[in-house]
Amino acid sequence: MFVINCPYCGEREQSEFKAGGEAHIVRPKQPTELSDDQWAEYLFMRKNIKGVQFERWVHTHGCRKWFNVVRDTSNDLIKAVYKMGEKPPTK
Amino acid sequence: MTKNLRVKTSKFIDETYKISFKFNGTTYYGYKGDTLASALLASGLHLVGRSFKYHRPRGIMTAGSEEPNAIVQLHKNTSRTEPNVRATEIEIYEGLEASSQNCWPSVNFDIGGINNFLSPILPAGFYYKTFMWPASFWEKYEYFIRKSAGLGKSPTEPDPDIYEHKYIHCDVLIIGAGISGIIAAKTAAKNGYKTLLVDEKPYLGGSTIYQNSDHFKINNQISSSWLEKEINEIKKIENLKIKTRTSVAAYHGYNFLLARENLTDHLPLGQRKDKTRQRLLKIRAKKVISATGSLERPLIFNNNDRPGILLSSAVEKYANFYGVACGEKNVLFTNNDSAYETAISLYQKGINIEAVIDNREEIDSKLIKEIEKNNIKVYKGYTVVDTSGYKRINKISIMQLSKDGQKVTGSKISINCDCLGISGGWTPAVHLFTQSGGKLKFRDEDQVFIPNIYPSDQISIGSCNGDFTLNEILSNVPKNLKEFLNIKKTDYENLEVNSSFNKSKRNIWLLPSDKIIGKTKPFVDYQNDATAKDIKLALREGFRSIEHVKRYTTTGMGTDQGKLGNMHALGIISETAGSKMGELGTTTFRPPYTPLTFGTIVGRNVGEYFDIFRKTPIHECHLKNKAEFENVGQWKRAWYYPQNGESMHDAVQRESKAARDSAGILDASTLGKIDIQGTDASEFLNRVYTNAWSKLAIGKCRYGLMLNEDGMVYDDGVTTRLGENHYIMTTTTGGAATVLGKLEDYLQTEWPELDVYLTSVTDHYATVSVCGPNSKKIVSQVIPDLDFSDENFPHMSFKNTKIGKIKCRVMRISFTGEHSYEINVQANYGKSLWEKCMEAGKQFNITPYGTETMHLLRAEKGFIIVGQDTDATMTPIDLQMDWIVSKKKYDFIGKRSLYRSDTIREDRKQLVGLLTENPDEVLEEGAQIVADMNKLPIEMLGHVTSSYYSPNLKKSIALGVVRGGKNMMGQKLIIPMEDKQINVTVADPVFLDKENKRLNA
Repeated sequence: MFVINCPYCGEREQSEFKAGGEAHIVRPKQPTELSDDQWAEYLFMRKNIKGVQFERWVHTHGCRKWFNVVRDTSNDLIKAVYKMGEKPPTK
Repeated sequence: MTKNLRVKTSKFIDETYKISFKFNGTTYYGYKGDTLASALLASGLHLVGRSFKYHRPRGIMTAGSEEPNAIVQLHKNTSRTEPNVRATEIEIYEGLEASSQNCWPSVNFDIGGINNFLSPILPAGFYYKTFMWPASFWEKYEYFIRKSAGLGKSPTEPDPDIYEHKYIHCDVLIIGAGISGIIAAKTAAKNGYKTLLVDEKPYLGGSTIYQNSDHFKINNQISSSWLEKEINEIKKIENLKIKTRTSVAAYHGYNFLLARENLTDHLPLGQRKDKTRQRLLKIRAKKVISATGSLERPLIFNNNDRPGILLSSAVEKYANFYGVACGEKNVLFTNNDSAYETAISLYQKGINIEAVIDNREEIDSKLIKEIEKNNIKVYKGYTVVDTSGYKRINKISIMQLSKDGQKVTGSKISINCDCLGISGGWTPAVHLFTQSGGKLKFRDEDQVFIPNIYPSDQISIGSCNGDFTLNEILSNVPKNLKEFLNIKKTDYENLEVNSSFNKSKRNIWLLPSDKIIGKTKPFVDYQNDATAKDIKLALREGFRSIEHVKRYTTTGMGTDQGKLGNMHALGIISETAGSKMGELGTTTFRPPYTPLTFGTIVGRNVGEYFDIFRKTPIHECHLKNKAEFENVGQWKRAWYYPQNGESMHDAVQRESKAARDSAGILDASTLGKIDIQGTDASEFLNRVYTNAWSKLAIGKCRYGLMLNEDGMVYDDGVTTRLGENHYIMTTTTGGAATVLGKLEDYLQTEWPELDVYLTSVTDHYATVSVCGPNSKKIVSQVIPDLDFSDENFPHMSFKNTKIGKIKCRVMRISFTGEHSYEINVQANYGKSLWEKCMEAGKQFNITPYGTETMHLLRAEKGFIIVGQDTDATMTPIDLQMDWIVSKKKYDFIGKRSLYRSDTIREDRKQLVGLLTENPDEVLEEGAQIVADMNKLPIEMLGHVTSSYYSPNLKKSIALGVVRGGKNMMGQKLIIPMEDKQINVTVADPVFLDKENKRLNA
């Protein structure tokens, strides 16, 4: 069980949070203009990386805010945490 | 046959405190401080169990948690009986009763022992190979195999003991209170760290604390005396907490560890009442210091498993710590200097030593010289080739080793003995380190795996880091600590250390015998009866990966997790396969390090505390009405209200009829309620529901359907517009939390520009629903100030009003198809509202109904229940609810998915009504639906989702999903059951009052 540094509340146990999958997948502004394949790309396709992954988390049993986490899925080490709307760290 | 092998007073044993206990029905005595193992050995008893596969007699092998053989069943009481407890860890207490496992009828005469003679035909993988064919016979074999195997018995009644969980946060956690752990604890605590020191044993000081020889000295004191002073000192440090009898079971990422603290297992039974038995500690440490020590390796030679064969270090501990001689004619067999420490201890205690057998030829060691000085014969360059004695070792045969160590030469020498102490060197206990994700490296010079790459803020020190000798420990540990704790100085600089230990070792993984390997039994895993022969067989059959060999031979898969023999298994594989040890890797060490009781894992979450449950404010009224309850999510909802011993069926029929004939009342408080406010509230609803919301007038209600982005139905409920920018949304009972979560997700991440605020108000309101033709008469009595005329208060509308001084919200909405009102009041008025309605409804025979009747009534109307009539594969079109999907709206969650190639298929499963040929036949929910029974394989078209006997229609009705069902109206289908076929006709899912006349009746 890891510790997550919520950008609003500080360090808390993982059990207070929920994972929300890959980050930076933007919902298309005009879904009806998309082909089946383009829509399926948004709907279903996820990277599921072994290594550094950008993902969404929500502090369910805390401030209920969504934010982004950069996590190495091979050892669960969290490299960075940043708010929704902020740019992902480059290094 | 009981004799006394207590040799000399030990300060760790209180000989004034005598304790009696029973083992296999016989009464024995021991002293306070004894373990079950030491007390049995003091009585001359070695044979304590049978091995798992061959049922060979087995004795006590070790003096610690690594014990593979001496595992016993504790207690006779069926609720407290506990299998697989290591006799080497049980501290004896008055009233202790233990017995051997895995033997029948007794440990001395075990019928399964015949397997030992059958062993040539019971090789590795025997069960896999033999009982695979014919496959259908497995059930028959299994019964007999399970009966003759099995490690102990589980209790048959609930555990009466108390267990608990506790969180601990500390700066530094130190695992293991041997000499390295004590040094670390003092150093960390004295430098201001909030420190926790844990050890699985009941005492501090590890193996150094009973080291009595002046061959090992620190600052001119015998090492145990020096350490004792250190221990006395650390006990006084305030920011250092010490927990003994505490075994770390698991080491997870981010320095999160689980430990089991034993609180009462060592107490006499009478003193345990009302005390917590075991505690699961959930430790979050900023820094972790592993000082878990090392485990002595056995030697792998022919018949190395007889009772009376122990690890040399165990023989030493029994003598030094417990004052017990393991035998009267002792032989030691070693490949390193450790056995001479044992020999010196035995000699000091006056215990007879027949000989020492050493694999090594030329060694210059002070310890050996000391032994030889005392006229004890040392056979250098020899190995044991065989042993004899069925229930206790009585003789060994030794021969000279060839130069390369692969063969034996010369003539055989026999030595009589009743105890053989063996030492194959030491293996660092890196289990917890690797559990945490640490990577090991192999050190060739002494053939050990040691920690290499640390995944978190932690360090391994002392012998678990490969520093085995006193010199190495006292020079390296302080150095390691300074760096790890970032401090300049420790109390342990410039210590004067004297140690006579010579590090040389002759490592031979599988010792040769004069017999061919096929005729020998060199055990590698004692508990699972895996021999070197089995490992070689696995390699011959093509297994290469260590993980595969492990599973095929079951090496390392017992309750001891192969703590003793795993290294030898690796060694034998690498030698046979010609690969390098370092490249082969190890098997994965998994938690727990030592077994945990289920009680510890579960803690206080038993019985009514198993899971939290929620009660509505009206719960008491349901109890008074003798309701049966059902669990809906975490809620306890009234299910039905049996009267005068009614069956569930009768109660539901009565309730359903009353609701349609006159009046019914339902507690609807559990429905999720979300308050939605903000200037963009209408736009928000437009985006999350499939239908349009902008034009809903204030004071009106509308049913809404919510989809997932994949187009599948997610939730439904009625939402009411309370004001220009103010709505209240109701969700399904089970969906309340996830719907709120989903709405928040979209608001925060996709549409942050929307001005919308969400608040869960489920718990703030109590909701009473009154339905039926007389409902209006009843609610107008309860709320006399409100005009209930159809003109003022039509169906699907809302009123803010008061009952006396109490504010309430009334909605005229219906889930039953009846004229119906839902009254919401502040939660703490819920009970009084219910009682008022019951009072007012008395003359109309108002009938409380539960969730089962609610389900029946809505099924009559063909209303769906999300999660019962839908799963995550149903679109609104599949549900024949096209009417609720807006064609005009540009977008809403899931819209685009409604015309994907898959969702527009004509032959998707679609919701239909089902009527049985025989109107009294009620279908089983979940039953399969087919069309053709003759064409094989029979094609499954769908299944029944809801099914009831309707007292109002006087016939059986059902809803189901059927492939292409929309176009099958009137068609005949078959429900195949175990003993019959039921004929059904596809029908309109709305069975009652399609014109909605009753809503305004």
